[in-house]
Amino acid sequence: MPAHKMVGLALRYLLLIWIAMIFIFPILFMFVSSLKPDLQLLMDSSSLRAFLPVGDISFNNYTSAFDRAPIFFFIFNSVMITGITIVCSLFLCSLSAFSFVFLTWKGKGVVFAIILATFIVPFETIAIPLLLIVNNLPWIGLEGFKTSWINSYHVQIIPFIADALTIFLFVQYFRDLPKDLVEASRIDGATWFQVYRRVIMPLSGPIVATAAILKFLMMYNNQLLWPIMVVQEETYRPVMLGLQYFFQLNTQWGEIMAYLTIITIPVLLFYLVLQKAFIASIASTGIKG
Amino acid sequence: MGHVSLKSLNKFYGDLEVIPNLDLEIPEGSFTVLVGPSGCGKSTILRLIAGLEEVTKGEILIDDNDVTYLEPSQREIAMVFQSYALYPHMTVAENIGFGLTLAKLPKSDIRKRVLEAAKILQLEELLERKPKALSGGQRQRVAIGRAITRNPKVFLFDEPLSNLDASLRSQMRVELTELHSQIKATMIYVTHDQVEAMTMADQIVVLSKGNIEQVGNPMELYEFPQTLFVARFIGSPKMNIFQGEVAAKYQCQTLGVRPEHMEISHDGSILKGSIRHIEKLGADTLVYSQISGYDTVTARIIGKLEMNIGDQISLKFSDSHVHRFNDGIRIDS
Repeated sequence: MPAHKMVGLALRYLLLIWIAMIFIFPILFMFVSSLKPDLQLLMDSSSLRAFLPVGDISFNNYTSAFDRAPIFFFIFNSVMITGITIVCSLFLCSLSAFSFVFLTWKGKGVVFAIILATFIVPFETIAIPLLLIVNNLPWIGLEGFKTSWINSYHVQIIPFIADALTIFLFVQYFRDLPKDLVEASRIDGATWFQVYRRVIMPLSGPIVATAAILKFLMMYNNQLLWPIMVVQEETYRPVMLGLQYFFQLNTQWGEIMAYLTIITIPVLLFYLVLQKAFIASIASTGIKG
Repeated sequence: MGHVSLKSLNKFYGDLEVIPNLDLEIPEGSFTVLVGPSGCGKSTILRLIAGLEEVTKGEILIDDNDVTYLEPSQREIAMVFQSYALYPHMTVAENIGFGLTLAKLPKSDIRKRVLEAAKILQLEELLERKPKALSGGQRQRVAIGRAITRNPKVFLFDEPLSNLDASLRSQMRVELTELHSQIKATMIYVTHDQVEAMTMADQIVVLSKGNIEQVGNPMELYEFPQTLFVARFIGSPKMNIFQGEVAAKYQCQTLGVRPEHMEISHDGSILKGSIRHIEKLGADTLVYSQISGYDTVTARIIGKLEMNIGDQISLKFSDSHVHRFNDGIRIDS
């Protein structure tokens, strides 16, 4: 390889390493800090030692964190709320995208434009009206009839099932699928739902993975404002609200870092499982015969 | 079984009329080819018959049953697409049997019919493969297999060979014609390739701008084109068209002569010019000449030609082989 190409390659790798470090350092800092006592953590934070597992290293912060808050309970809540939301969202959003792309109905363009317009509405602006609505919605569950959705799992799930981004992702992906496949299956005798279930969705693996990851991050990370508003009982609280347990009179930074490390694990696992499909979805522009 | 009638069929896309009032009879068991240049509406007609497009006005009858507003699956038709439209996530066997699976037939019946179709199309070895592991010709066979298993009244083919290379295309032409004589179903085939139309059809429908120019068997269209459009469209190389002095001599506005009816003249002719290009095909030779006052005139000469590009040439034709047209319509002599 000529020298100038070697230099170019080296520079490219240096740049990539630098970018990777920007993403890795906060996670590294969090993990390393979770192993240190508070005093050392604060002293190390002004030097490179903040990123190194040196000094008085132990898992004491983890033990204390588990003593202070019902962590597994919060993780269970979060994973359940997020999981159910993802499954329902993938189903409903893909179904509505299917109707936008493959079905003919009056007002389709206008409805799609309205859905896209909700992109620019931040959740904070609709939080109060939404609270007023869910506060007065009836619900029949295991505990019988209730006149409000407050203090429940479903109040943290249902309002977040349909979202413009997921619908948009599916619409864009479906538009790139060959129309002939839909027409062939219609001639073969498939109903519209069979076309969706047996032809379109089996070909939509990459976009399902992408939408699932984005939805997971959206749900898992943003469980703060809305749960504070609608969940007063500990039973229904997600991980983000669990952080409150650590910001009391005597804030223990090491424990906070331990707690954050624990609640990051589901996100990393979820991404690792779906990353292949996620990357494939971003890299691909369509399906070729 | 499989007689198709199109009655006063009309199709608009918005304000654009693509099929203006079309009437067509497709006899039972025939191999009918719809042929015409791009944008003539041939694929639209096929899609209207299939039920993939909605009719604006008119009726579509299959075996005297009005199917105009029926779902595609209820019309007892099968369609083979230009892109093959094979389901990429299914094996060949699953692709072929998909329609039967949807119809909830017993698995043993599905297997039996898939094997029958695979046998006809020589796909037995490939049944467990996915479409991406097949060649173009094999994919096309699978698409045809999918159509066969449904035992339809009418087969619709939308330019099924245009994605194949030349040699495979001619092989598939033969196979499709053999398949037609084997299963004797009504087949409607859309193509822009007039060679496909001539070699496969019992009946050719030549279309231009959504209108039928002529319907007939291949030789009728070749020997007696009823319009100038058909005369120009059918035949390869194209018919030579003369106007002016030559046409006036035959009391018409436009005169057509097929290249094989042109001869080299040694005793003086009004068609004099120089050779622009020569194509040696072996059994015969195509000579493209620039004749003064006319477009390029093509002559098909039997055997070899001892002439070169740039040489002077005189051409003639016999009176019995001329096609005369006034206002684009044939006038019979």
